Amino acid sequence: MSNLTRHRLFWPAAVLVLLLASNVFFAPRFFTITLQDGHLYGSLIDILRSATPLALVALGMTMVIATGGIDLSLGSIMAISGALACLIIGDLPDQNSVGGVLIAVGVALVLSAALGVWNGVLVSVIGIQPIIATLILMVAGRGIAQLITDGQIINVTSAPYRVIGAGYLLGIPVSVIIVAVVVAAAMLLVRRSALGVLIESVGASPTASRLAGIRARGLTITVYVFAAFCAGIAGLIFSSNVASADSNAAGNLIELDAILAVVIGGTALTGGRFSIAGSVLGAVLISALDITTYTIGVPAETTLLFKAVVVVVLCLSQSAAFRAAVFRRRAVAPATPAAEVSA
Amino acid sequence: MIDISAPPQSETAAVTPRRRRGLDRRHIPVLATLGLLAFMYGLGVVNYDNFSDTQVFLNIFVDNAFLLVVAAGMTFVILTGGIDLSVGAVVALTTVVAATLLNAGWPAVVVLPLVLLMGTSMGLGMGAVIHYFKVEPFIATLAGMFLARGLSLLINRNSIPITDPFWTAMAQDRIRFGPGIFISYSVVIALVVVLIGAYVLAYTRFGRTVYAIGGNADSALLMGLPVGRTRIAVYTVSGFCSSLGGVLLSFYMLSGYSLHAQGMELDAIAAVVIGGTILTGGSGYLLGTVLGVMVLGMIQTIIAFQGDLSSWWTKIVIGILLFAFIVLQRLVTRRTT
Repeated sequence: MSNLTRHRLFWPAAVLVLLLASNVFFAPRFFTITLQDGHLYGSLIDILRSATPLALVALGMTMVIATGGIDLSLGSIMAISGALACLIIGDLPDQNSVGGVLIAVGVALVLSAALGVWNGVLVSVIGIQPIIATLILMVAGRGIAQLITDGQIINVTSAPYRVIGAGYLLGIPVSVIIVAVVVAAAMLLVRRSALGVLIESVGASPTASRLAGIRARGLTITVYVFAAFCAGIAGLIFSSNVASADSNAAGNLIELDAILAVVIGGTALTGGRFSIAGSVLGAVLISALDITTYTIGVPAETTLLFKAVVVVVLCLSQSAAFRAAVFRRRAVAPATPAAEVSA
Repeated sequence: MIDISAPPQSETAAVTPRRRRGLDRRHIPVLATLGLLAFMYGLGVVNYDNFSDTQVFLNIFVDNAFLLVVAAGMTFVILTGGIDLSVGAVVALTTVVAATLLNAGWPAVVVLPLVLLMGTSMGLGMGAVIHYFKVEPFIATLAGMFLARGLSLLINRNSIPITDPFWTAMAQDRIRFGPGIFISYSVVIALVVVLIGAYVLAYTRFGRTVYAIGGNADSALLMGLPVGRTRIAVYTVSGFCSSLGGVLLSFYMLSGYSLHAQGMELDAIAAVVIGGTILTGGSGYLLGTVLGVMVLGMIQTIIAFQGDLSSWWTKIVIGILLFAFIVLQRLVTRRTT
């Protein structure tokens, strides 16, 4: 039992189960999954579907954070990717041509990856702190996305494009399948090859890994490109789901949610050891939190308060100083999260 | 060490370089900002009619007084090598709480100190969490941001108009220097805050400690400087500045709204960086931040005068400037170390 509670995914998983279970009191049919027109329907499916963009962004963020970096620009990259795809599709003579949609998707993903190269070069070649280097694209990127859409919301009517975010394959949402494939590929790549260990060593100690002969520069750029690529896919899923490109709403503040998901998943912000499964779990947890507030009927605004409390509790539980203080003198505990007191 | 043991002599020293003795490297970013500002102003004067009106220039301050105050607080935090993401949310919370209390009939004399105290104690709380529990500033202030934004949404999700006589007076009264030339009281408040901040940074023990922590926190600790107290204090200062900025914004908007000041933390950070403060801390001037805010204001003014440019160009230009200044900082710090 103690082994189970000590597993680093135990607490996030427990919170998720608790959260889901609490829904039953408000919506008795919460766990029912029905098959309608060959599609799976149900609140659990909704949670998975709405978690997809966040899970992708969190996946990329995990790799970046593992190298000791951070990427604030992922939300803006999401907006750019969706905007570009919708712009190209909108200009197609036939919006329903599969080839045209594939080209649009390809161009959007290539541009996303190129933006990742930009971030990676700033961080590893010019040597700017990651938080600042990616801040540039976070600010400018949203402007670029608005430039692409000319400040409007571009609506598309393309059926093939809709499949990405709103389609079903064998009853399962296509977006969920895409995320599952990307996550599985990433896990295979980092855990079945030396890549994961290399990334962890760069994050844990850049100096030691340089002395060990690891080429951190190329690795860092790759990680930022991967994160941007994931954000690009997330942007496509998001814009395809609503069949439009909204440069302001797409990926707004998603980077902060993604960092939260990564932290919930047990990856430390200081870099080093990372857990992809943990980050995906964190993303599902955040999505479940959003859906739960709807079912319970609490005003949606309170999710922000929930998140604040979750961040405070998680960070304090990860903070060695806090644990030492609490376990030595238990009286300290109630006074700590100043944030919670004022809530 | 060089940066720590020789804190800025005075803010004016940054503007008038002693060319004969060679240019002080620490002044290069500020001078670059000043040059950029002059260039942009010249560009505006040449291209647009009426751009040279004194009022156009003064309006940059009138329209950005709240940002100036918030960015001044942010400068303290960034000088220690930290970051405060909560400022925009605290600004919004301040406007909402002020508007709600005023509408409930509370007198302005009570509301004003109360909201300032609220922001200051939020900053104090975040600083304490950062220092005592070694939580990353980024995460602690992110929690503060969620909390403040969530609280203000919880209080009221709609925009609340303010009709209090004191507030409307502060919003509408102008200090006139001549026909058509005026500033608002908010500008005076903002400039006073900046002057006090600049004095504190340049001439007090607290200011020196701020620079020392940003230069190297471990050395500062070994030197016996009160690192913990100072670190908590800078977040408290930032919390106070955010709530004061919120008050100024509520003067400007005459409303409290939970969606006010969306993304203001980015503007404040951009102003500080463009103003030449180095993001790893330890080097920079509050005067630079003032110039940074003016650059942001100048971009908006030029885009407004141009007319056919859309607002998103502001973001793109700010991004380009951020890039240019960060690379410049990188070059300057590489040469000194």
